[in-house]
Amino acid sequence: MPPLTDRTWLWLASACYLAGAALGAIALLRGRRGSTAAIYVVLAAGYAFQTFGLYLRGVAVHGCPLGNKFELIQFTAWSAASLYLVVGPAFRLSLLGFGTALLAASLGLATLLFPEWDAARRTHLFGGNPWIEFHAALALFSYGVFGLFALVSALYLVRHHGLKNKRVGGAFALLPSIRDLDVIGLRLLVAGVALLALSLGVGSVWWLREPASVNLFKLLATVGVFLAYVLALALRLKGRLVGRRQALAGTGLFCAALLSLTPVNSSRPPEGAASPPAPEVSAR
Amino acid sequence: MTPPGPLVFHLGASHHTAPLALREKLALPPERAAALHARLPTAGLPELVLLNTCNRVEFYGVASTPADLAALEAAFCAVTGLAPADFSAIRAHTTGPAALRHLLAVAAGLESQLLGETEIFGQVKDAYAAAQTAGRAGPVLNRVFQKAFQAAKHIRTHTAINEGQVSVANVAVELALTVFGDLRSVRILLLGAGDIGEKTAKAFQSRGAAALTVANRTPERALALAQALDATALPFEHFPHHLADYDIVVGSTAAPEAVVHAAPVAAALDRRRARPLLFLDLALPRDIAPEVAELENVYLYNLDDLAKIAAQNLAAREAEVARARTLIAVRADDLWHQILTRHG
Repeated sequence: MPPLTDRTWLWLASACYLAGAALGAIALLRGRRGSTAAIYVVLAAGYAFQTFGLYLRGVAVHGCPLGNKFELIQFTAWSAASLYLVVGPAFRLSLLGFGTALLAASLGLATLLFPEWDAARRTHLFGGNPWIEFHAALALFSYGVFGLFALVSALYLVRHHGLKNKRVGGAFALLPSIRDLDVIGLRLLVAGVALLALSLGVGSVWWLREPASVNLFKLLATVGVFLAYVLALALRLKGRLVGRRQALAGTGLFCAALLSLTPVNSSRPPEGAASPPAPEVSAR
Repeated sequence: MTPPGPLVFHLGASHHTAPLALREKLALPPERAAALHARLPTAGLPELVLLNTCNRVEFYGVASTPADLAALEAAFCAVTGLAPADFSAIRAHTTGPAALRHLLAVAAGLESQLLGETEIFGQVKDAYAAAQTAGRAGPVLNRVFQKAFQAAKHIRTHTAINEGQVSVANVAVELALTVFGDLRSVRILLLGAGDIGEKTAKAFQSRGAAALTVANRTPERALALAQALDATALPFEHFPHHLADYDIVVGSTAAPEAVVHAAPVAAALDRRRARPLLFLDLALPRDIAPEVAELENVYLYNLDDLAKIAAQNLAAREAEVARARTLIAVRADDLWHQILTRHG
């Protein structure tokens, strides 16, 4: 039997996430609450596969696998799944597991279905500096938190639409309360902003030492995303961005955050400039 | 034709067969029930359970002969003062597996006036417990009632017969839960001191609402209702300035035009920051101006909206009746076979 490569493990992870999403969707179509435990187990299995796949990739590229769009988005999906598995059950928010599975499956499958996103692999991306690596990993983890915030925001929009249009039965009855969605959304927004602030704080120390080491587009994109989320949080705390507007901001900003990964990725030195291509590593 | 085996029967009248005025006469409070039992032939009716609720008076029992059943009917008419001919016109009577099916359907809420309601389950349990205490439940009825409780639980778990609320007051509470998750920190303002508002307020209190305030155009009535509901009263003319303090506003005044307008609600929302506001307009003419619904973070439901949700929930329950009856028939027939085997 041929050895399983990192991509194979990531395919398996996406398949598990998809299975979790399918379980939730079937329950929704039957007008019933899906089994939270079943979705959690399937998500946990997918998470284990994804962790192992990313570990193999990390071994291959000699660092945290954040060297191309494939790795960046995989890491974002992994972060969202991590957060759900750790704190999701405490939120006691119905459909959050289904939504997380759907988000992780969508992001994971998108990266796997576009081979060009993984065409160039960069090794020794962080030059052996663990602080830069920490900065990058933390920034991506905050994107995962923002991904869950976007998911909760999407659920809020559906619930809000149902309530405004007097539709509370059927699948709408399975949604969490609008107040719970708002409270959890705020917590995720605060957590995401705090993590991204910490990441940028760490990154700025090295940037101030070597301003030329950071591409301007990357700097503008990352700081732009951060400031947008800070603004959203400030307006929320002031009571100026609430309800549907906050939910729209949550989903819109996450799309912008994902789009910002393109300038972040393109700012890296081209393949081969810094290091030789990484071999594909398999588990034996 | 009477089925073979012990004479297991159900006899009585319910909202299906008797109007309210007659059901009032049929009711058997404890002292009348005791008088009835004193008249019954103990040997001929070894097992007997009396189910006496606001919608039904029914006997479930085992009779030695059809004559004993007739004696029960005669005693019942004598105690209630109802002419036997009048009772014959409204009585429902089944025996054997049909009686078992009836009991299972009653316990599952299928025969209730409010289809699928759960209160009847407790009432059937109480009736059986009373018969046990009085020594009137024997081996047949013990088995029958235990199986009936199991069947009722099975029906509730495996069908949607009791899903969704079907009364306006309970639909209002369900909506509040949809918006706020739980009611322990929710403050409610009741505008008006009418009957429907009071019922809705009680429904909220029964679900643990944090605080209730009553505002009525007649202050004395507001005060009286507030005292009755263990709530506080607010002068009616002051309520627009206090809207920000409440999460749910229930409109039930008899005012000829709207008493809640968009401008004070918008001002209240500014003070409430992110907390949504739910308006339940149970008044006719409406208490809440329709433009209030256009405001961000506000949800407005009027009487028609609530009635429509209740009707949808009821339709969903009704769609489950056939499935529930099929499950009941299977279980009742199986139970009847067990009775024939053990007691036939």
